[in-house]
Amino acid sequence: MVKTNDLILKTMTVLIAFILFGFAVNLFFAGHNEPGGGFIGGLMTAAAIVLMYMAYGERAVNKVLPFNYRTMITIGLIIAIATGVGSFLFGQPFLSQTFDYFHLPVFGEVELATALLFDLGVYLTVIGVTMTIVLTISSDR
Amino acid sequence: MLFAVFLPVLLAIFIPFFSKWKEKIHTGYFVLLAPLAVFIYFVPHVGNDFSPVSQSYNWIPSLNIGLDFYLDGLSLLFVLLISGIGTLVTFYSIFYLHKSERLDQFYVYLLLFMTAMFGVVLSDNVFVLYSFWELTSISSFLLIGYWNYREGSRYGALKSMLITVFGGLSMLGGFILLSIITETTSIQAMMEQADVILSSEYFGLILALILLGAFTKSAQFPFHIWLPDAMEAPTPVSAYLHSATMVKAGIFLVARFTPIFSGSDWFFVFVSGIGILTLVWGSYMAVRQTDLKGILAFSTISQLGMIMSMLGFGTSVAIFAAVFHILNHATFKGSLFMIAGIVDHETGTRDIRRLGGLATLMPISATLAFFGTFSMAGVPLPFLNGFYSKEMFFDASLEIHESSIAFANVLAQAIPYLAVFGSIFTFVYSMYLVFGTFMGEKKLDQLKMKPHEAPIGMLISPIILVLGVVIIGIFPNLVNSSFLAHTTEAIYGQPMEAKHVEFWHGWITPLYMSLIVVGVGAVLAFTRKSWNSIYNFFPGKLSFNKVYDFLVDQSEKASAKITNLYMTGSLRLYMALILVAILVCSFGVLWITDGFAFDTTGLAEITVHEILIALTMAVAAICTIFTRNKIAAILILGVVGYGLALLFVVYRAPDLALTQLVVETITVALFLLCFYHLPNLRERTEQVSQKLINIVISVAFGSLMTVVAISAHSTKLFDKISDYFLETAYKLGGGNNVVNVILVDMRGIDTLFEIVVLGIAAFAIYGLIKLRNKKEAE
Repeated sequence: MVKTNDLILKTMTVLIAFILFGFAVNLFFAGHNEPGGGFIGGLMTAAAIVLMYMAYGERAVNKVLPFNYRTMITIGLIIAIATGVGSFLFGQPFLSQTFDYFHLPVFGEVELATALLFDLGVYLTVIGVTMTIVLTISSDR
Repeated sequence: MLFAVFLPVLLAIFIPFFSKWKEKIHTGYFVLLAPLAVFIYFVPHVGNDFSPVSQSYNWIPSLNIGLDFYLDGLSLLFVLLISGIGTLVTFYSIFYLHKSERLDQFYVYLLLFMTAMFGVVLSDNVFVLYSFWELTSISSFLLIGYWNYREGSRYGALKSMLITVFGGLSMLGGFILLSIITETTSIQAMMEQADVILSSEYFGLILALILLGAFTKSAQFPFHIWLPDAMEAPTPVSAYLHSATMVKAGIFLVARFTPIFSGSDWFFVFVSGIGILTLVWGSYMAVRQTDLKGILAFSTISQLGMIMSMLGFGTSVAIFAAVFHILNHATFKGSLFMIAGIVDHETGTRDIRRLGGLATLMPISATLAFFGTFSMAGVPLPFLNGFYSKEMFFDASLEIHESSIAFANVLAQAIPYLAVFGSIFTFVYSMYLVFGTFMGEKKLDQLKMKPHEAPIGMLISPIILVLGVVIIGIFPNLVNSSFLAHTTEAIYGQPMEAKHVEFWHGWITPLYMSLIVVGVGAVLAFTRKSWNSIYNFFPGKLSFNKVYDFLVDQSEKASAKITNLYMTGSLRLYMALILVAILVCSFGVLWITDGFAFDTTGLAEITVHEILIALTMAVAAICTIFTRNKIAAILILGVVGYGLALLFVVYRAPDLALTQLVVETITVALFLLCFYHLPNLRERTEQVSQKLINIVISVAFGSLMTVVAISAHSTKLFDKISDYFLETAYKLGGGNNVVNVILVDMRGIDTLFEIVVLGIAAFAIYGLIKLRNKKEAE
């Protein structure tokens, strides 16, 4: 069998994957004020990773992104629950969120919300779930 | 009294420890303490100046259920019978049961039973009475099935359990009705409201339910069938439960409620009618039996019928006779069972056809059996107690009150004749029992072991009981005024003079009846072989056992049939059933509440692109149904999904549109992946009728959803909460994206559990695939 040369795909992937990652991160951070959020951000990130898997194969991507996606699900869930439990420290009910404006050195006036931490949990869980499902099914036979 | 009732159960806790030493000392000796102690505790109550004692202990005060004990003459008689015969039976069982048997289980069950019986006869609270009543059923079940490796034991135990629990549950129904009507749970308090109960519209139901409980427990016709099968139990159990105590629980119940019910003519019709029928049928069937305990079982049935019918007569003479016969029957029947056990124990068989001529080999047993059976037959001799009660039974049967129901009057006329008829057969089987076993030719070659007299320990209990027969026979008035008069008073409901019992009271009708019984009975007993074939014609093959077996068998078959009818394993059928159920319920509710509403106010204008998108989706959905290619179906379904995403765009829901787009892509990809791996399935061929039904159900379900959606949209009862979200999203959540603020802040807990669901799904897929591979690799 002739080995196919998918040079175009690989080259394009390098570009597109990074654009996708950037878009995903943008979606994630924009979530509070613009369309987007942890869920769709996570799905986009997963889409980028899947694209890399399709172009470069399992072995190469495993080397570049050495994540165990099942652990990622766990971490995501722990973060999400921890943000909920954290509100107990301030005598608030479970999953109370708050926000405030800070002046950061590079970014200037920035709004920081605890909801972002919760969204981070969602983000990680969604990536983990999607990748676990895709990798598990594709590696089956 | 609380301690007396629960003493056996408390002792039962320690039985397993005692049974460790059973090789050295028989566990039964420890058990003996419980009934003996109770007997000694209650004996001092016997006396002329007895007055009822009542004690109460809290149990469930909020439901008005307490451990209320009430000791009157009736309970005293039964408590003394239970504890007295319990002592003798325990003593007998020490010699009857070998140490290699599972003694701990036997005695635990027996002690449990004693507590249950004490509780039944002493309880004043109907619900406590019921609890103990069911405990007797359960412990009796355990005792009958004691030799559980035998098929017959298991069958008999199950049968008695089913029948007595059936009756027990009906009785509970009666008790509940009673306690609702009278607003009390105490039997004594109910008696004061007897007229309220009698005039209640539920009276017929209450009477039927409670009598059903009594008749099943006391083995009355046609519920008598469990008693002969219960003879698979060890003989001490048969002697104790199935002659002296448990089967009299039904008698006790009828007696206990006589002050309430006896005002009704139907009470007389049911109790006396069934009782006399049981008497005749039991004694007639007893002659047919070949097993010693089988004869005794039917004999017990018939004697119980006699007591029951006397309770139904309701005159003071009849009730005194019933009470007297309860005592007498316990003495002679207990001893006869023990002798049957001795014969079984010493010869290895209970089949009367293989027995005979044992009188010379077992003289003491033969003598005891002679007293027991002659007393049972009611032979007029001045030292047998059975004669007195039988004579009083005849006397009472002639003095039944005139009733207002014509049917009852016919019954009253017939009862004396039926009584004589039943007693003749009683005489026949009694003679058959004693002469067939102990007289005639010896058949030693048919016996498994060489018969000899039983050990003295085994004989002590029947000797004591037969002494009771003789002592009451010689001095019939010994315990009348001090003991039995109180019992009669408790049943009859008003004070009465002690009745004087005499052996000789002149040439009166009951005596002639007795003489007829003895004369005809003797002729029939000696010509038994020549007319025995009558049993081939009547009842022949007819038997209520057949009815019972048929019912049990058919209920199993029918329930299996019904279950198999709808539990076919076909998911399509279940789906159809679920949908039809939802359809019926929802449309039913819509119909009843007139819930349909249609309101067009406030609807937005429909734009062209909305129509176009909706049309595309509809066409795609319909195509999905009609395409035969599965891959094509998935792709066309994808069109519906993307159309939905477009609709979200049109309706200005960017977050939803984004998510829907990506999720739809992933689902389609996964579907394709799965179908790629699927084996080639056979094309389903469905019948046209089945297809039509499916179409009807799905169209109906679609219309239901439409109707519900329209109605829900047209009916707005409350303000929308979305206004609040729009106002406060930025103020409280610090975000302009209201959807996201709701997801992570206002309704964060929903999101939390949704990502948990996602995680579980991922792990489940991982587990499914990886674990399957591991198993295949092995």
